[in-house]
Amino acid sequence: MLASGETLVAVAETDLDERLRFATGAVALTNRRLLSRVNGDDAWREWPIDASMELRLRDHAGAGSLDLFAGDRLLARWRFTLGRLPAVQKMSERFAEVRRDPDASPAAAEPSAPVCGRCGAEVPPDDEECPRCGADAESPPSPRNLFRLWRFAQPYRARLALGFVLTLGATAATLVPPYLTMPLMDRVLIPYGKGVPIDVGLVATLLAALFASVFAAWGLGWARTYVLALVSERIGADLRTTTYEHLLRLSLEYFGGRRTGDLMSRIGSETDRICLFLSLHLLDFATDVLMIAMTAAILISIDPWLAMVTLLPLPFIAWMIHLVRDRLRHGFEKVDRVWGEVNNVLADTIPGIRVVKAFAQESREAGRFREANRHNLAVNDRVNLIWSVFSPTVTLLTETGLLVVWAFGIWQVSRDHITVGVLTAFLAYIGRFYTRLDSMSRIVSFTQKAAAGAKRIFEILDHVSSVPEPAKPVALPALKGRIELRGIHFRYGNRAVVKGLDLAIEPGEMIGLVGHSGSGKSTLVNLICRFYDVSEGAILVDGVDIRSLSVPAYRSNIGLVLQEPFLFFGTIAENIAYGRPDATRADIVAAARAAHAHEFILRLPHGYDSLVGERGQSLSGGERQRISIARALLIDPRILILDEATSSVDTQTEKEIQKALDNLVRGRTTIAVAHRLSTLRRADRLVVLDRGEVVEVGPHDELMAREGAYFRLYQAQARNVDESDDDRWTPQVIPATRAAGGGA
Amino acid sequence: MNADAVVQAFGFRLSRNASGRLVFTSATGEVFEGVVPVRAFPITSPEEGFALVTAEGRELAWIARLADLPEPDRLLVDEELAAREFLPEIRRLVQVSSFATPSTWTVETDRGPSVFVLKGEDDIRRLSHSMLLVTDSSGVHYLVRDHARLDRASRRLLDRFL
Ligand SMILES: Nc1ncnc2c1ncn2[C@@H]1O[C@H](COP(=O)(O)OP(=O)(O)OP(=O)(O)O)[C@@H](O)[C@H]1O
Ligand SMILES: [Mg+2]
Repeated sequence: MLASGETLVAVAETDLDERLRFATGAVALTNRRLLSRVNGDDAWREWPIDASMELRLRDHAGAGSLDLFAGDRLLARWRFTLGRLPAVQKMSERFAEVRRDPDASPAAAEPSAPVCGRCGAEVPPDDEECPRCGADAESPPSPRNLFRLWRFAQPYRARLALGFVLTLGATAATLVPPYLTMPLMDRVLIPYGKGVPIDVGLVATLLAALFASVFAAWGLGWARTYVLALVSERIGADLRTTTYEHLLRLSLEYFGGRRTGDLMSRIGSETDRICLFLSLHLLDFATDVLMIAMTAAILISIDPWLAMVTLLPLPFIAWMIHLVRDRLRHGFEKVDRVWGEVNNVLADTIPGIRVVKAFAQESREAGRFREANRHNLAVNDRVNLIWSVFSPTVTLLTETGLLVVWAFGIWQVSRDHITVGVLTAFLAYIGRFYTRLDSMSRIVSFTQKAAAGAKRIFEILDHVSSVPEPAKPVALPALKGRIELRGIHFRYGNRAVVKGLDLAIEPGEMIGLVGHSGSGKSTLVNLICRFYDVSEGAILVDGVDIRSLSVPAYRSNIGLVLQEPFLFFGTIAENIAYGRPDATRADIVAAARAAHAHEFILRLPHGYDSLVGERGQSLSGGERQRISIARALLIDPRILILDEATSSVDTQTEKEIQKALDNLVRGRTTIAVAHRLSTLRRADRLVVLDRGEVVEVGPHDELMAREGAYFRLYQAQARNVDESDDDRWTPQVIPATRAAGGGA
Repeated sequence: MNADAVVQAFGFRLSRNASGRLVFTSATGEVFEGVVPVRAFPITSPEEGFALVTAEGRELAWIARLADLPEPDRLLVDEELAAREFLPEIRRLVQVSSFATPSTWTVETDRGPSVFVLKGEDDIRRLSHSMLLVTDSSGVHYLVRDHARLDRASRRLLDRFL
């Protein structure tokens, strides 16, 4: 297919047609031509490459578009879903190279890193598979989540073993009394019925033995229960804390997609149920199995035939368990999720209670809660239906079994195959045996419940942070604070927010980040703090990619004041010292002074010891903001990031904070985001962002002189007019047409 | 009302240029290239409420109902919408690789068959009581308009994730 001297440079698969219907196809780039075809269609279409050609790439709402232009004329357009974007992107980059120099040696044009065949993303040399596809590949965690829980039980295996031994002893002890009924019956009571006097010595021995076994069973049972309860609590606590610790390490992306209530119910109630299962039910189950095995052994040793009849219901029960097991588990999974939903409603409305009340929507929220509960009931009812049928059925089977044993036993006695004593002992054992069977079958429900919970817990535990800690972090010497953004791209889901941004910030420089609302300022801050990882390009601090630094070590160099200040429940002093719990009181006061929070704090009834309430709700917005500034200052960071740090304070206070900040900013790399441009007058350079791209960089005076984007922003503010006032265009509104000839 | 009168009333014209982009010409003769039509409620009410916005995202015109536009403009807008909007609607679940996530789903949509990877159960969001939005691992959204109205087999598969 290729002509001589022609080499294949890149291939990208496409998966949509022009009307955005799914259809596979491919685009191939050689050093001479661009080729494409749609699957099922053998013919390749081709476009010889010439200097006027250009490939443009864009995407919207999950679908990308690759357009081939010759000058301004559209020659061809290929569509694909986001999954194919990296491969297409690679190809369009190679296209630019080929167009520039078609005869560059292909070897030189080879990408330095191996490329994943599926998505085109680069595979890091030390990785076997593509990090992008690898994560997607079908590697569902083992469904045997319950076995994976062993990791939590393992540290306690000695105590679990002790519990098991005690269980064994207690079980054995409870099996002695029915055995002793045999001689009581056959050697005492029945001979007495035939006129033989009662052997008092024998009776006394038997009764003493009986009592001893009962007493032993009590003691062992007590020890067992205590030991197991002890272990149970510990396993539960471990499971909870491990899950929580893991959760805390996950990236913001994870939290962006989750509901608070659901996470709370997973960590709270589901871990509890699992630990209960691990320590109690599982042990109970073991006891039951033991008991049944022992009883079966005793029964068989006494009379094999009768024993066979006794064991008759077992296969039925096993079959039933098999039937309901899966259904129960799904049922319980649903119950768990619905329970999470109920919690979600609470986690939504309680923090938002002011809004609920302000708009008088209490009854609607109550309705939402009632609805969640109703759903909860419905789901529960369904599980209970399955479960409630199950248990009585087991009882029915065992009761029937008992009848069969009676009938078979009497028949055997009548034919003198067994004695009355043997039958009595049998019946005594069977009673226990069947009770055990009953309780053992109950484990099905507990197991499935725990399995459902374990699945949800492991969903958290198996989640790998999308901001991974490097395997071998580069040691971080004292930071100088040079920040370099190199061609960074970033998208939230399928929405590209930062597009090819380059910026270098010198140590100690103060950068003012300005731009319209939604232009990506906070996103940039998130990227610099490594709350998210860039999808392309790199952020370097002192020349080191921040992805190769240990995350906590890196962040400890950053003081961050967020757009929405968040305070924790606790005192003001605790909140200020949040990033440095060992700070002295003098440090705390100094930081508060610098942030101009000192005076208002002193006005509070308990000064620095005042409680701020949940999320700091007992403070005003500006007060919260000043505390969060103090918090950032206290850690004495090399890099200070202020995202609208002074947006909620009055101009007077802002000026004061500004003065304080001016001192503090000195010598630190500072990135300040502000809408009030006057706040940024001290900035060494201003960076104007627009829709994820840098449009202007430079000091205030220079940008003003340039009369560009910054100038317009500044003018708009100086005139103190709403920005939309200088819109040249007001949208035309076309109302819905009324029916022809209608009225007006 | 004849078509000309409508054009008058709307006061703008649409056309497509050689680079395949929509060009908007206002009543006063201002020309905007690369305008895009956007539905305001693409999921809950796709037939009502359209805006024509510039490439920078500024609104140029609001159209309450597409049917109100004169014929040539409407076709252009229709075409542009079809090439821009991508929200496949799942009609049937053919197969899921596992009930534990990540799971590979094979589905039939109104845009043909597709295969995608569901990363976690949280990527299925409820938009309303019956409507679900599924996000695949690369960020593409799929819509399930009414999960109660899917066929039995699909419902059973989907149910395992809800
Ligand atoms: N977690 C998120 N998920 C999806 N999109 C997001 C998320 N956070 C922000 N965005 C989008 O990214 C864009 C940039 O948001 P960003 O918060 O960076 O803006 P900003 O410049 O800080 O605006 P403002 O001045 O209003 O604070 C916005 O269009 C926003 O809708
Ligand atoms: Mg912001």
